[in-house]
This record gives sequence, C-alpha cells and structure tokens, in this order.
Amino acid sequence: MTFLTYLIKGISLGSIYAIIALGYTMVYGIAKMLNFAHGDVIMVGAYICFYAMMSFGLPPVVAVILAMIVCTVLGVVIERLAYKPLRAAPSLAVLITAIGVSYFLQNAAQLLWTTNPKVFTSVVGDGSVKFFGGQLSISYVTIVTIAACLIIMVALVWFTSKTKMGKAMRACSEDKGAAQLMGINVNTTISVTFAIGAALAAIAGVLLCSAYPTLMPTTGSMPGIKAFTAAVFGGIGSIPGALVGGILLGIIEIFANAYISTELSNAIVFAVLIIVLIVRPAGLLGKQTNEKV
Amino acid sequence: MLKVNDINVYYGSIHAIKGISFEVKQGEIVTLIGANGAGKSTILNTVSGLLTSRTGSITFHDKPINGVAAHRIVANGLAQVPEGRRVFLQMTVEENLEMGAFTRKVSEIDGALENVYERFPRLKERRKQIAGTLSGGEQQMLAMGRALMSKPELLMLDEPSMGLAPLLVEQIFDIIKELNAAGTTILLVEQNAQMALSVADRGYVLETGKIVTAANASDLLNNDAVKKAYLGG
Repeated sequence: MTFLTYLIKGISLGSIYAIIALGYTMVYGIAKMLNFAHGDVIMVGAYICFYAMMSFGLPPVVAVILAMIVCTVLGVVIERLAYKPLRAAPSLAVLITAIGVSYFLQNAAQLLWTTNPKVFTSVVGDGSVKFFGGQLSISYVTIVTIAACLIIMVALVWFTSKTKMGKAMRACSEDKGAAQLMGINVNTTISVTFAIGAALAAIAGVLLCSAYPTLMPTTGSMPGIKAFTAAVFGGIGSIPGALVGGILLGIIEIFANAYISTELSNAIVFAVLIIVLIVRPAGLLGKQTNEKV
Repeated sequence: MLKVNDINVYYGSIHAIKGISFEVKQGEIVTLIGANGAGKSTILNTVSGLLTSRTGSITFHDKPINGVAAHRIVANGLAQVPEGRRVFLQMTVEENLEMGAFTRKVSEIDGALENVYERFPRLKERRKQIAGTLSGGEQQMLAMGRALMSKPELLMLDEPSMGLAPLLVEQIFDIIKELNAAGTTILLVEQNAQMALSVADRGYVLETGKIVTAANASDLLNNDAVKKAYLGG
C-alpha cells in the first residue's frame, strides 16, 4: 500500500510539473525560446493567491482567479518588454535576458514580500479521502491537482486542434513567414501563448504551495527547472510530451526519494534525464530535428 | 492594380533590389523572370509586406501598402504562394486551407473550401491527411488552394514549377490560366522562363536586382538576348 501511496504522490507532483512544463513547451514551440522566468511566475501566482486569501479574505476560488489574471498580465508584459525587442536577436541573447527576468522577479518578490517564508494555506482544505479501510489515504490537494492537470491537458489539446487561434499558434510554430502570409498576426499569437503559459503557471503555483506550503521568493525556481527538465524529457514543443515528461519526472522523484535516498533524489532525476537524452535526443515524444537551441 | 515604383530593398548591407518599378493591371498575367538570386522572391516578399522597401512606393488599387504589416496585406485581396510551397507540414490539408482563410468571416469559409476542392479534387480526397505526407505536386496544389482561400484579386506565385515533374508543371500552369480566366490577376515569378512566358501577357526580365527588359511575353519569347540567357538558345 505504501507503493501505491508513493505512486499517487508522484503522479500528483508530476501533474504540477506537467502544468508548468506546458508553459515552457508552448512558448518554445512558438517563440523558439526558453523562458527561464517561467518558474518565477509560479511564485508570483502563489503570492498573489496567498495575499488575496490572507489579507483580503477572498474565497480560494476568487483568489486563484485573481492570481491567474495577474500572472497573465505579467506574462504578456514580460514578453512585450523583455523578449519582443529581441525577436531578431541571437537566441543566446534571449536566453540570457530570460535568466535576467527570472532574477528580476525573485528580487522584486524579496523587496515586496521579504525573504521570510510564508505558510501557504491549501486552497482545497486539508482533508483526505480514505480507501481500503483507511490504509490508503489521498488528500484533497492530490485529487484536485491530478484532476486540474487532466482538465488543462484536454482543454489545451482541444484549443490547439479546434479553435482558430489554436490552429494559428500551430501554424506560427511551424513557419512564421508563411503564417503572416495567411494574415495571422504573429505578435498577437506569441502574446496569447505567453498569456496561457502564465495563467497555467499561476494554477501550478497555487497547487504546488497547497501541497508543499512553504512560500518564498525562490519557491518557483527549483520546480521551474524540474518542469523545464520534464518538458525536455517529454520532447520540448510537444503538449502530450509535457504531460508524459512531467508525470514520469514526478514519479521518479518521489520513488527515488522514498526507496533510494532523499539526498540523491534530485541527482537521480537529472541522471535519468541525461540517459533519456543520450538515447532519444529529441525527448520521449519529440520530433527528431537538427535545430539548434 | 498593383504599382511598384522605384523600390530599394536591403538585406543588412546587401542591396538586393535596386530601384525597381513595374505594374500589374487588372486581369493580366505578368511574369518576372531571371536567374537565381536576381531578386524575384525579394520583390514578392516586399509586396507581401514580409520585407520593406526603403524608398519609393507600392500601391494596390491606388492604396499605399509599403510598410504595412504582412498580416494586414492579405485582407486587401493580395495573396502569395511562397517559394518552396511552405505549407504547414504538421497540419492537415483542411487545416492548411482554413489558415488561408484566416482573415475571412467564419461564415465564408465553407464556401471557399468548396471552391478550392472543386478546383483541386485531389485535395478533397486528402483533406484529413497531414500535409507532410503529400507529394510535391499535391503540396503545390495545397499551397495554391490555401492562397485562394483568402479570395485574392491578385495572386502572386513564387516558382510554382520548382522541383515538379514536367507533366505536373503543365498541370499547374493550366490551373494558373484557368484562375486568370476566372478573373484572378496573376503575378508569376519563375525560373522556367519558357513556361512562364507562354502563359503570361507581359514579362519583366531581372538581373541582379534590376529590370533589364520589359515587354509583351510573346516579344520576349522571340527576343534574342532573352532566348540566349533564359530559354536555352
């Protein structure tokens, strides 16, 4: 039964990675850039939700929606101010800018909210559901996290395959020039992508802090790196890849933690990534191309 | 309909188009011929708004379009079938066509799809297929169908014959003639000068970013210099 408990815990953590990884993978697919500030948008989302509930006493649902709105605006503003002027610049310049934005967000958070950890109150309460006469207990947070991940995934697949904007996003990710010849506004499409990624980051931040309640300005950075790893693991640019990569990474991390070593769990996670990339350089579900990152 | 007046286009410090002027009138087929690197595609991309001319003017129906963003130009009735087709390889045939109608109202898309399928029955057969699985000729038809989805008054085609078997080239040129007969004005860029001049009304000969000859297509076909340089003697 402990195995099952760990498995479910792994899927739940993996679901959070998957939701974050979606932001990396969608932005990469369209803007061909690695937005390393994405992890810190998670932290901002969690803080907004925290203060909305604690200082303003808003109900959790309203707080989450508020966090999503703030992060969406933040994501679009970051893209407009920091990345858009570099559209024609070498990818290295964009990468360094993204790292700069990441530090900017962390330091701004320190200034605004100090480095003292906040204890985040779960948005879904602390209860759990018991199975097998109490032998297996699954917390509400775990259930909500996994459900949220599945709903988001289905919604995104629907969005990119059925809606005009979603199809335009796929067209832009393949060939921006040809997309413009169709009348698609590439800048708008990139903005929408950043907006979706940032809104998902807010959800991930809230779910992450509901499960692991310590909130600090650096809270987003490690999950951000892990989710980036998950995106690469699954095949960057691929939406199902983000799901598969995220869930697998979560399971590996929790199992390594439980059965091998707490200290080594991160090392094991990254070792698995290295092995996967040696065997399949484009990731599990990625397409083999010769593109340089 | 389309008037291009004294445009100069640069790639960084490279002066690719050097003071070119030409005109396309309603109902015509006009061709730009010239060797690789003469600047033919650059001209189309400038008209389409992907590139901007530093000088001069481009007007479509007397409305200036130089400097207008590429995605706003399509809605004016000006579509391009780009060199190398550039269909969206990971999207289905029908999705590619829908993208072509991006600027049109949703209510008009079904009718536009029907028109394209009527002209290209092969595309209808393969509508659910991923474009990357189509043959070169089918991809060219898809690229043309996609451009037609925006219901252009002026259709610009960049090297539609490239990489196609002779039989397919003839088929593509027949379609170009049919489209023109149905009222679409055509601006055709080709390396296959023989084919291009045989369907065109007028032609311009380009050499390293300049127009060196402009004449009726039939005169160009009989012009000794043109014959020597572009028609194999």
